[in-house]
Amino acid sequence: MLTKRIVAALDIKEGRVVKGVQFENIQDAGDPVQLAKKYEKDGVDEIVFLDITASKEKRNILKNLVEEVAKELFIPFTVGGGLKTVEQMVEIIKCGADKVFINTAAVENPNLIKESSKIIGSSNVVVAIDAKKDVESEKYYVYTHGGSKKTDLEAVEWARKCQDLGAGELLVTSMNTDGVKKGYDLNLTKQIVDAVEIPVIASGGAGEVKDFIDVFQIGADAALAASIFHYGIYTTKDLKIQLKKVGINVRL
Amino acid sequence: MQKIVILNGGVGNFSNVQKAVGGIISNEINDIRTADKIILPGVGSFGIVSNNIIPLKDYILEHIDKNKPFLGICLGMQLLFESSEEDEGTGLSYLPGKVVKFKNMKVPHIGWNSVEFSKDSPIFRGIENGSFFYFVHSYYITTEDQYIISYTEYESRGKTYKFTSSVQKENVFGVQFHPEKSGEKGIKLLENFKNL
Repeated sequence: MLTKRIVAALDIKEGRVVKGVQFENIQDAGDPVQLAKKYEKDGVDEIVFLDITASKEKRNILKNLVEEVAKELFIPFTVGGGLKTVEQMVEIIKCGADKVFINTAAVENPNLIKESSKIIGSSNVVVAIDAKKDVESEKYYVYTHGGSKKTDLEAVEWARKCQDLGAGELLVTSMNTDGVKKGYDLNLTKQIVDAVEIPVIASGGAGEVKDFIDVFQIGADAALAASIFHYGIYTTKDLKIQLKKVGINVRL
Repeated sequence: MQKIVILNGGVGNFSNVQKAVGGIISNEINDIRTADKIILPGVGSFGIVSNNIIPLKDYILEHIDKNKPFLGICLGMQLLFESSEEDEGTGLSYLPGKVVKFKNMKVPHIGWNSVEFSKDSPIFRGIENGSFFYFVHSYYITTEDQYIISYTEYESRGKTYKFTSSVQKENVFGVQFHPEKSGEKGIKLLENFKNL
């Protein structure tokens, strides 16, 4: 039986792992290759690298890093952040990433989803959606450029469109809950899980075991966390033992 | 020392397959002709892998005819068959069967799923039946029972579908999952292939 996945996220800036709170207050959290290896050993199911290095010139740092990790890691890893073209996505796959994700570029040019899925395979194209709830309408809107720019796209509609264009998976981050460790945004995650047929990775807000149980119970296929692993609050193994106890199917 | 050749079947980088089994990554005809073992991992779409590999078809089949081991991974396994619903283009047609899409299921099938062995196979040596391997695919193969060595159950939207997750005919093996991405169990499977 297919298991629920625990995904460890590493925000990468100029070759180092960093972590912010609600997309701000960036702090150093270690060496990416070492951390990725450690998480693999702890039993994590997948690693995601989010490159938050702003400049294009520094893209080579990421490529070298992906190559280094590809040799060391025997679990899947997904890389994204700032990727704009099919060529850049193919480059990252050629460096050894298993899947790539796109965010802002997909919003600006939805056709990129279609084109890239033809070349690297639909299963390997992940669209990351950063969403925030609009206080008045209570609807979730998509944000781009690392959460700094609001768009007119409604998150659920956008999720459906990504699927129709060929995305293999969605990585859904709630900006309302990111880094706060008070639980995933169940409302947003459920709306999207119910709207699409492709797997959904929930992201933003993991703090305790209960948060993972909650998000898996509403149908998320995978749950992503960063802070709780970086700061050693839980290891994946501890977490999975707890999940298994309540009947959630995980790989142990 | 044996020569293991890892073919580049698509747009991927297979340095971790190489790390697990040694050998060289090459699509050179000379390397294929002198290989003791060939591994074909595939990332991309069936059409792309087919375009890359079909020009090498005769040499690959020559290798197989000499009863030398061959391992196809994911699309590399699918390419052992005749055709795919995914794209135009043909496979190596070494095994009878087709590649078809999961219907009315959540696709792609992504994640760690258990592999139930239905026959003994040297590539499963030392691996517990029911072990988890990593899958990422939307298509699966349909073939004759005699070639099937494992099944995997995929449960989605309240339905369970049992599909073929690996095949073998003599020294030719195919796995739908990614051993190079399946942690220790996957490395073990690759080592088993290396030690054939």
